[in-house]
Amino acid sequence: MIEVENLTKHYGQHVALDGITFSVEHGEVVGFLGPNGAGKSTTMRILTTFLAATSGSVYIGGDCVFEQPNRVRRRIGYMPENNPLPIDLRVRDYLDFRAQLKHLSKDMATKRIDEVVDECGISDVANRYIGQLSRGYRQRVGMADALLANPELIILDEPTSGLDPNQIRSVRSLIRKLSGKHTVLISSHILSEIEMTCDRVIILHEGKLLASGEMKQLISKSNLAVVAEICAPLNDIKNWASEIALENSELIEQKNGYVRCRFSAIKNNDIREQIFTIVNERGWELRELSLQTPSLEDLFVSLTNGEEGNR
Amino acid sequence: MNVFRALIRRELFMFFQGPTGFIIISAVLFLIGLGFLVVLYGLNGEATPMPVTQIFYETYFFWLILLLIAPVITMRSFAMERASGTYESLMTSPVGDWQVVLSKFTGALIFYMILWTPLLLCSIVVRFYVGESAVLGVGTICTTSMGILLIGSLYVSIGCFASALTQNQAVAAVSSFAIGSALFFAGFFSYFSGDRTDFSSLLARHISLANHMESFTRGILDLGAIVFFLSLTIMFLYLTHKSVESRRWK
Repeated sequence: MIEVENLTKHYGQHVALDGITFSVEHGEVVGFLGPNGAGKSTTMRILTTFLAATSGSVYIGGDCVFEQPNRVRRRIGYMPENNPLPIDLRVRDYLDFRAQLKHLSKDMATKRIDEVVDECGISDVANRYIGQLSRGYRQRVGMADALLANPELIILDEPTSGLDPNQIRSVRSLIRKLSGKHTVLISSHILSEIEMTCDRVIILHEGKLLASGEMKQLISKSNLAVVAEICAPLNDIKNWASEIALENSELIEQKNGYVRCRFSAIKNNDIREQIFTIVNERGWELRELSLQTPSLEDLFVSLTNGEEGNR
Repeated sequence: MNVFRALIRRELFMFFQGPTGFIIISAVLFLIGLGFLVVLYGLNGEATPMPVTQIFYETYFFWLILLLIAPVITMRSFAMERASGTYESLMTSPVGDWQVVLSKFTGALIFYMILWTPLLLCSIVVRFYVGESAVLGVGTICTTSMGILLIGSLYVSIGCFASALTQNQAVAAVSSFAIGSALFFAGFFSYFSGDRTDFSSLLARHISLANHMESFTRGILDLGAIVFFLSLTIMFLYLTHKSVESRRWK
C-alpha cells in the first residue's frame, strides 16, 4: 500500500527527514512513533501530497505521490495535526462540502454521511456549528471526514491529542474497527495509545528511522527486567551483582534498610529463581520480587536515549 | 465542475455567514451613495456633455472603492485558510491547484460585482428622471459594467496573489493595497508625458487604468483596454497558482 524509499526532506539547513525507508501492507494498522520534532508530521504531509520531498520516492497503491498527486489524494483520508475545521459550518454541511470535494455523488454522499456520522458517534451534534463543539466532538468530526470517501488508506496525525480518557477509548475502538478493511497510519507520542491499537510500529527520531516492525518482535528484543527489594548491605548487593555479571543492575531506592533494585536479565532469561536462591543462601531478607515485561515505552526510551548518548 | 461549484459556494458563504460581508456591503453602499450625491449635484447645474457614468467615475469614490475594497475582499481567501490550517485538508483532497485558485478568484469577483449593484439602481433612478438616452444609455451602462468587471478582475487577482503569499490577513490586505495603488498611480505619469511618443510616455499611457476606465464609462469598448486588463489578470492568477504550487517545490 505504501512504499517509501530513502525519503529526505530539508527545510533550508534543517534536515527534517533523513533517508527514511519503510513499507506498509494493505490492511495494516501502523503507528508512527517519535518525540516531538521527530519528523512524523512531515512524513505524513509528504504521504498526503501536501509537501514535496527533497529526495526519495513515495508510492501509494502504486501511484507516485509527486507525479500523480490527484490519484493519490483519491485513495487517502487524512486528518491533519490539530484537526483544523471551519468553525462557521454545521457538522452535516461541512461533511457535505467535503463529500463534494471528494467527488462523491449526491446519493452516495447522503448515504456515507449518515454512515460516518453514526460510526463516529456524532449524530447528536450533526446539526450544530462546529465552532460550538467540544474538542472531543471536533476530533470525531475530523475522523468522520477522513472516513467519508471510504478511502483505502487513512492517515491520522495525532488523533487522540487533547482528548480525555473516555474519548481516547472511543477513538481507539473506532481505529480498531477500521483495521483489516482499511490501511491505517496513526502518529502519536502517546505510547500506550500505539501499543493498544497498532500491529506495527515505526519509530522515528530526529528525522531518522530507528526501528520498524511488529510490535511484539520489537518489544521482545528489549530485555526483561526483575525488580527486587532486598534487606542487605548495599555493597554486598553490588558485589554480588557484579559477580554473577548481571548487566545494568540499578538501585532504585533505599528505605528502612531495604534496597530496591532493578536487574536486567541476560539473554531474556527469567532470573527470579536465581535471585531467590542467592538471597536465601546468604540469609538476606526479600520482600518483593517481580518480573517487569518490557513495554513499548522501554523500547522507545532505550532507542531515543541511545541516540542522544551516541552524540 | 461539481467540485468547482462547491468551492465557489463555500467562498461566497464565508462572506455572508458572519458580519464581514455585510459590513463591506454597507461601506460600499455608503461610498456609492456619496458618489451618487455628487452626480446629482452635477446634473442639477448646467447642461453637461458627459454621460452620467463618466461623472460618477470622475468622483473619487470610484477609485476609493476599488483600491480599498478589493484587498479587503480578497485578504482572507488564502491567508485565513493557511492560518486556521484548513488549507492542509483542502489541498490534500482530490482538488487541483488551479481549481482552488480559480474558485477563490471567482468567489471574490462575484462578491465584488454584488457590491456594485447599487450603482446600477442609482443609474436607473437617474435614467427615469432624466429620460434622455444621451445622458445614460443602455450601451453606456453595459460598457461601464464591463469596465468595472475587468478592472475588478485585475484587482481581485492582485488580492488573491497577495493573500496566497502569507498567512496573515493584514499583511495580505496591505500588500495587495500597495500593489494595487502603485499600479493605479503609475498611470498618472501619462499626464506628464503629454503627446510625446517616446517609449516611456507610451508605456505610461498604456498602463494608465484611469485612461482605460474612462473610455469604458464613455461607452467605448476599447479592445486594447480589454486585452490589458485580461492579460494582467491572467498574469496575477498565474503567479497565485505558482505560489500555491510552491509548497510542493523541492
